[in-house]
Amino acid sequence: MAQEAGMFTVNQTIGSVLCCKCGILMQPNPANMCTKCLRSEVDITEGLQKHVVIVHCPECDSYLQPPRTWIKAQLESKELLTFCVKRLKNLNKVRLVHAEFIWTEPHSKRIKVKLTVQKEVLNRAILEQSYVVEYVVHEQMCESCTRVQANPDQWVAAVQLRQHVSHRRTFFYLEQLILKHDAAARCIRIKQMDQGIDFFFSNRSHAVKFVEFLGKVAPVRYRNDKQLVSHDPKSNNYNYKYTFSVEICPICREDLICLPPKVAVSLGNLGPLVICTKISNSIALMDPFTLRHCFLDADQYWRASFKSLLSSRQLVEYIVLDVEPVSSEVVVGGSRYVLADAQVARVSDFGKNDTIFSVRTHLGHLLSPGDNALGYDLYAANSNDIELDKYKGLVLPEVVLIKKSYEEKRQKKRGKPRAWKLKSLDMEVDNTAKGRDHEEKVNSEYEQFLRDLEENPELRFNMSLYRNKEYQPSEMASVTDGEEVPSVPLEELLADLELSDVEVDDDGMME
Amino acid sequence: MATRLQFENSCEVGVFSKLTNAYCLVAIGGSENFYSTFEAELADVIPVVKTAIGGTRIIGRLCAGNKNGLLLPHTTTDQELQHLRNSLPDSVVVQRIDERLSALGNCIACNDHVALTHTDLDRETEEMIADVLGVEVFRQTIAGNILVGSYCAFSNRGGLVHPHTSIEDLDELSTLLQVPLVAGTVNRGSEVIAAGLTVNDWTAFCGSDTTATELSVIESVFKLREAQPSAIVDEMRKSLIDSYV
Repeated sequence: MAQEAGMFTVNQTIGSVLCCKCGILMQPNPANMCTKCLRSEVDITEGLQKHVVIVHCPECDSYLQPPRTWIKAQLESKELLTFCVKRLKNLNKVRLVHAEFIWTEPHSKRIKVKLTVQKEVLNRAILEQSYVVEYVVHEQMCESCTRVQANPDQWVAAVQLRQHVSHRRTFFYLEQLILKHDAAARCIRIKQMDQGIDFFFSNRSHAVKFVEFLGKVAPVRYRNDKQLVSHDPKSNNYNYKYTFSVEICPICREDLICLPPKVAVSLGNLGPLVICTKISNSIALMDPFTLRHCFLDADQYWRASFKSLLSSRQLVEYIVLDVEPVSSEVVVGGSRYVLADAQVARVSDFGKNDTIFSVRTHLGHLLSPGDNALGYDLYAANSNDIELDKYKGLVLPEVVLIKKSYEEKRQKKRGKPRAWKLKSLDMEVDNTAKGRDHEEKVNSEYEQFLRDLEENPELRFNMSLYRNKEYQPSEMASVTDGEEVPSVPLEELLADLELSDVEVDDDGMME
Repeated sequence: MATRLQFENSCEVGVFSKLTNAYCLVAIGGSENFYSTFEAELADVIPVVKTAIGGTRIIGRLCAGNKNGLLLPHTTTDQELQHLRNSLPDSVVVQRIDERLSALGNCIACNDHVALTHTDLDRETEEMIADVLGVEVFRQTIAGNILVGSYCAFSNRGGLVHPHTSIEDLDELSTLLQVPLVAGTVNRGSEVIAAGLTVNDWTAFCGSDTTATELSVIESVFKLREAQPSAIVDEMRKSLIDSYV
């Protein structure tokens, strides 16, 4: 700047001139006319639209953007303002500086927007002017609302999820996963069926997205079909109902499996008896006697599918009499195992007779003499499996231990509520044909599922547990000896969002 | 008295005419209207001469003069020079000068005592101006524009300058010129003053687009309301008038 260079510059004050039309004193500008005279000469809003008609759907509060899109917007919102400005033609001739709503009665069916525009006039003078555009709102139902009105139960796509096993553990787990990932947000209806759940959607793409989500969390195979509902021969429009049939593999966690010879060989001669340790979108299998593990992809499984030999319904309780570790601690697939020789006896036998089994187990790190464990009783089981017969000369172990049992300690806690709770999906349940036995069975399965969650932190990983406000910690909590029943630590619980005026009781204590 | 007129539908009358206290030059137009308006005003007082300079009609912007002399660019033909020498009174010295900036009307603004010139004018031209026109020469700019002859018009009684001229500049110019100055417009907000207006001590001619406001400003600053051709008295004034509300 000249001043920084040390030069002397004269301070320039702009004088005033008379407006050439009306003669009032003003600052000189490129047109040399005061703004009022300039505005009376030139109207920059000439040729711009001042009245526009827009179409609104009263059911879903959305506005039509021709030819087909409906934009959801509240009154006096930013989206509505953008939509209104977009509907004006010719606005590219002037520069839009500011836009805002002028309040109108909500039921007057008129929306008023005040726009401020700038344009160059005469001698390179830029003139700014505001004007009001009035929008007349016509009510018309959009196509999706019309369809819903005509038939509320109408669905376009359905996903039928099935698993051919006798328990519903997988579906409890899946329910929590779906809730956590909000995968069923676009669902119209959910219906609980025998051995599965049906999901109904209004759009095929929503169903496809849901099926892909399922493919990521469980080993599934699916097929889809469509059925013609109606067709318009003149414009060649065909309306279909799409159905996706999704089947989850029948192998569950803690199942005992006898692998078919081909599969065993392809997995590197994994001993035919394996335990399933984890199900996500692939199946993790582990040989309990050699601590070898492998993974089976959904594709691989369905190419040569096999069933489990024994499932968790058939677990029997054992008492551990002696444990001798054979190998050191090994980390297999993220969990620690220690191969050990154990002497166990069935709880039903204990004290009555001397039936003792010596078995090799992978739970050496968990068990100590006097503990209870759950396992499969192959000694007493009558397996009718084709695969088992294929192995000639296979010596079956008598017991395969699966997990440690906390049954006794749970007896003490029976009836006391937990510190946490789970949410559930809004399902339609068809209860008429089942009867009371079925209900009890379902309840006990759910209880078992909750216990599973407490014992396994990795199962909890994918779901949201919420703090139970009714839970009061008992005063006897501190008096325990040795081990406690595993429970969910407080840090993992989420505070349930309740939009009410009730004060939250802030007393959740870790047990 | 200020008169509004047009030259062949153009309001830039200062381009096609040159008015001084001793003579008036007008361009040759299609019709005689332009010439007859000047004649109606000035016939008995000063000679009104029809001419062209260098074959063009934009004579107001090509020549510069006052009651003492007239300066012409090098593009003037000998015939035009002779015609002018013949038509103008003998007291007026007609001189053709060799100057790179040949639009002398745009580069020089003068009255009978003082002249303002373009900053890049030759030394010799400056001497010529002082000699022929008998004036004191100052190199100046007006509102940052170097074409002083276009953006201001002044007579012995007052002057009108570009509307964006700052107050300090106005003060300075007024002191130099010793006449009251006002920043204003002509021809409905046009900033090119000398193109729209031509003035001497008792009368002025401006384009027909000039609004009433502008006209009243012109008449006030040049003191045309009470002026008569014979009653011109030299008065030294230093005071600056900058508002006519």
